Amino acid sequence: MPRRPYADPYVAGACLGLVLLAVFVISGRGLGASGAFAATAAGLDHAIAPAHAQASPYFARYLDGGGPWRDWLLFEIGGVVLGGALSAWLAGRLHREIERGAHASAHARIAVAFAGGAVMGFGAVLARGCTSGLALTGGALLGVGAWLFVIAAFAGAYLAATLLRRMWR
Amino acid sequence: MTAPWLVDDSTAAALAIATLCGVAFGATLERAGLGSARKLVGQFYGTDLVVFKVMFSAIVVAMLGVFWLALLGVLDLSRVAVPGTWLVPQAVGGLVFGAGLAMAGLCPGTSCVAAASGRGDGLAVMLGMFAGVLGTGLAFDSLRGLYEATPRGPLTVPAWLGVPYGAVVVAVVALALVGFAVAERIERRR
Repeated sequence: MPRRPYADPYVAGACLGLVLLAVFVISGRGLGASGAFAATAAGLDHAIAPAHAQASPYFARYLDGGGPWRDWLLFEIGGVVLGGALSAWLAGRLHREIERGAHASAHARIAVAFAGGAVMGFGAVLARGCTSGLALTGGALLGVGAWLFVIAAFAGAYLAATLLRRMWR
Repeated sequence: MTAPWLVDDSTAAALAIATLCGVAFGATLERAGLGSARKLVGQFYGTDLVVFKVMFSAIVVAMLGVFWLALLGVLDLSRVAVPGTWLVPQAVGGLVFGAGLAMAGLCPGTSCVAAASGRGDGLAVMLGMFAGVLGTGLAFDSLRGLYEATPRGPLTVPAWLGVPYGAVVVAVVALALVGFAVAERIERRR
C-alpha cells in the first residue's frame, strides 16, 4: 500500500477537538494518557506487595472503585493503541522502524527515548497529568493549572531542545 | 437527558465506551502525524509546528463546543471535571515534562500511537514513561510536600480573572488565530 501523507494539522486538530468534546459529553471527563501508566504501576505494585500499594499515598487512589485494571484511562489507552495501529495500517504507514536523526545511532535514540519517557513520567506525576489529561482537557475547560502546565512544558521543551539539536540533525 | 451521560465509569459498558473514545483519539493523533517523533520535534526547531497547530485547534474547537453546549443547557458544566490547579507542582512538573518531551520526541499519548504503528522508539518512550511513573510513585513520600503545595482547586481562568466565561473564550480564539499566523510565518522562513 502506498504511504499516504499526513492530514492537514488544522483539520486533524479540529477533529481531535470534536473527539475531546464528545468525551466531555459522554463521560464528563476528558482524554488522558499518563493516568493509564499510573493505574498500571499501581496495579503492578498491588500484585507484588498489596499492603505496600494500599499504604501508598499515590497508588492507593487507583485501587478504589473498580480497581486499577478496570480504570477508564487504561481502556482508553488500549483504544489509542488500536486506533493508532488501525489508522497507520489504513494509510500504509505501519512499518517497523526506529525514528532518529541522521547522526544518531539506533542505540542512542532508544536510550534517550527511554530516558525522556522516564523524565516525562516524573513530570506528569508531579503536575497530575500530561499533554492529554492536563493540557488538552484542562486547556479546553480553561483550567488555570492546565494553561500554566502548557506554558511551562513548551518552555522546558524549547530549552532542552537547544541541547538536543545533535540528536535530530 | 443532560450530558454528561455516564454516571459509573467502571461498568463493562463504560469501559467499552472508553476503548472507543481511545480508538478515535489514537486514530486522530496518527492522522495528524503526531505518532512520528521526527515530525513532532520539528516544533522545537521551527521546521514543522504541527504540535502547536493541532493542539490549539483542538483546544479551541472543544472549548467552543463546551461553551455553547453549556449555554444551550445540553451540557451540565458542574458535572464536567476541570483538572485541579496546584501552581508550583504544575509549573515545575510542566518544565520537567517539557524537557522529557524534547528528549523523547513523543508525549505519553503519542508514544502509544508511535509504538502501535511499529516504531521502536515509541515503545522505548512508553517503557520509560512507565518506569518514571512507577519510580516516582514508589518514592512519592519524599515528593509529597512539593506535590501538595499551592492548591487552588478546580480554578478556571474566568473565575481567577473575574471576567465572563465568554470573554475568555473570545480571547483564547483570538490568541490561537494570532498564534496560527505566527506559526505559518515561522515555517515559511525555514
